[in-house]
Amino acid sequence: MNGPARTLAHPSHGFTSVRSIIASLPMENIDTDQIIPARFLKITDKAGLGEHVFEDLRRAPDGSLRADFPLNRSDRAGAAILVAGDNFGCGSSREHAAWALSGAGIRVVVSTSFADIFRGNALKNGILPVVLPAAEVRRLAGLDRTTTAVTVDLKTQEVQWPDGRASFQIDPFARACLLEGVDELGYILAHDDAITAFEQRRKGAAGA
Amino acid sequence: MSSSETVVPRTLFEKIWDSHLVVSEPGAPALLYIDLHLVHEVTSPQAFAGLRKRGLSVRRPGRTVATVDHSIPTLQGAQADPLAAAQIAMLEKNAAEFGIRLFGAGSPSQGIVHVIGPELGFTQPGMTIVCGDSHTSTHGAFGALAFGIGTSEVEHVLASQCILQHRPRTAEVRIEGTLQPGVTAKDVILALLAKIGIGGGTGHVFEYTGSTVRAFSMEERMTLCNMSIEGGARAGMIAPDDTTFAYIAGRKHDPGQLDDAVRNWRLLRTDPGAHYDMTISLDVANLPPMVTFGTNPGMGIPVTANIPEPGMAKDAAGRASLEKALAYMGLRPGTPIAGQPVQHAFIGSCTNGRLSDLRMAASILRGRKVAAGVRLLVVPGSQHVKRQAEQEGLDHVFKEAGGEWREPGCSMCIAMNGDDVPAGEYAVSTSNRNFEGRQGKGSRTFLASPLTAAAAAVAGTIVDVRTFV
Ligand code: SF4
Repeated sequence: MNGPARTLAHPSHGFTSVRSIIASLPMENIDTDQIIPARFLKITDKAGLGEHVFEDLRRAPDGSLRADFPLNRSDRAGAAILVAGDNFGCGSSREHAAWALSGAGIRVVVSTSFADIFRGNALKNGILPVVLPAAEVRRLAGLDRTTTAVTVDLKTQEVQWPDGRASFQIDPFARACLLEGVDELGYILAHDDAITAFEQRRKGAAGA
Repeated sequence: MSSSETVVPRTLFEKIWDSHLVVSEPGAPALLYIDLHLVHEVTSPQAFAGLRKRGLSVRRPGRTVATVDHSIPTLQGAQADPLAAAQIAMLEKNAAEFGIRLFGAGSPSQGIVHVIGPELGFTQPGMTIVCGDSHTSTHGAFGALAFGIGTSEVEHVLASQCILQHRPRTAEVRIEGTLQPGVTAKDVILALLAKIGIGGGTGHVFEYTGSTVRAFSMEERMTLCNMSIEGGARAGMIAPDDTTFAYIAGRKHDPGQLDDAVRNWRLLRTDPGAHYDMTISLDVANLPPMVTFGTNPGMGIPVTANIPEPGMAKDAAGRASLEKALAYMGLRPGTPIAGQPVQHAFIGSCTNGRLSDLRMAASILRGRKVAAGVRLLVVPGSQHVKRQAEQEGLDHVFKEAGGEWREPGCSMCIAMNGDDVPAGEYAVSTSNRNFEGRQGKGSRTFLASPLTAAAAAVAGTIVDVRTFV
């Protein structure tokens, strides 16, 4: 496609493939209040949210880290692929959820479905939401206790593990943006003439 | 258009979408023009920082309206905590620097973003409206296409007045029947969510139709559209009619030449024979008041029902999430929801913080007292709502009942400003989300209507408000 390629690249967000062990959070409907509670939204930049990702799931009421929470386990250190239950990212529009996940090193979230706003926010922050059928999601989640590394390849649109693979669909525009590190605002602003023409047209119609 | 051309019937959504397309190229999302951009302090600082970094300005400051609501204190004269104060100050600075109208702290028009948009007349039929806030769906009550966006998109809209969007699918949500006394728009939306689940509308824009919706006031329509997002829907909308036009007439920022505007607005309806991708129907003639028992807004039951048994769930995942929700809520399956004690009652939010909501709550609280051990917080949705309520003496009703009457803001809906529910305690709340920790770390929320919340405050437990009226 020619659209996104004609604009600036966004160096931090280029994405081709990720190879990592799996961390599994086998819960449905993980809302953005769980991903990053509202009390951490009182910031004016994007930094520092990674250490609070899933804060209230990760920590016991006394503030100590729960040993059984996947992202707390030492054998999950460095996991960049999170496998979660249905309808991940529902609720609030807070992009802070994507900033928190990305700050914690998550590059891919696998689920059977994602909430619309979260999906967009993730893609804009270099996080790939991968939708797979329930059986494949379960299979990947099963690797949570293993050292097996999984590859998520955006070019081939495949998730590959030692004895299997599954392909996933992604909107071609989002794919191109991620692969080429395209900056969406640059893309939009490249249409400045069309926006101006639209405004003129409407003014003509309304001001008749 | 000549009469010989075939006119393809279109839905309300399609009419608004089509008329806002700036660029539509195959293989790429559409570039959609945005008529009204609402801004608040929590989801905007990084967007303004992005503009500054690139040396960009706000393309149409006149189409941009800002307010402070999420982290502002609701106690008169109280200071925001340092982080919240910094966020509020940042919005003031950004609004001044970029030339944006701000209804800030101390403004007589300040309030929750989704309350002030309509009441000031900014929200109008046929518009595209966005805000870095998922409950932007509220404004769809006016026949606008209104949806929440992330902060990156806030930056896009500030800079370009446009947004990249994939065309969503459409769903008709047909609601029929006359509500019984004691049953409200809030109960209707909770019933819809219980029916379709919180992912039931993902990828769709809802258009609410049917006799119940037609009979609703604008404030009831806003309550309905507000929680569309809780069903996963991108937006919720209602074709404008005389109820809509009468609401807008005379508002401070109404479009002026109202007759001309109304003539165009009347065209904003789904044509006979237009196609929806999905249809949902709901009969509410015998609907009882609804209340949630769990940790998402789809976990609602009639107030007369028992707390569900996880064993009844249709699959293992459903059972696990019910078990988790009930464990968090500390509730026993199979026991009646009525009679569950509450320690807090919150009346407010963009769902139920308007004048009619406060009137409903007052109708129950008048001459009654809040139960011992229950804290009642009544938080008007805006300064206008507050003044109107005070003119009617509603503040006295709340105070005489033993409740607190606060300054406008989001307050205990999101618990960012110090108004929160302590861990392990129960709140009956007219807000829209009962997620774990939503009203404070460890808080436990029962979502309900203003009538039910007021009745629960008096009873000290969840109660069927129909026994009060
Ligand atoms: S009242 Fe609650 S839901 Fe509404 S805008 Fe404020 S925080 Fe969001």
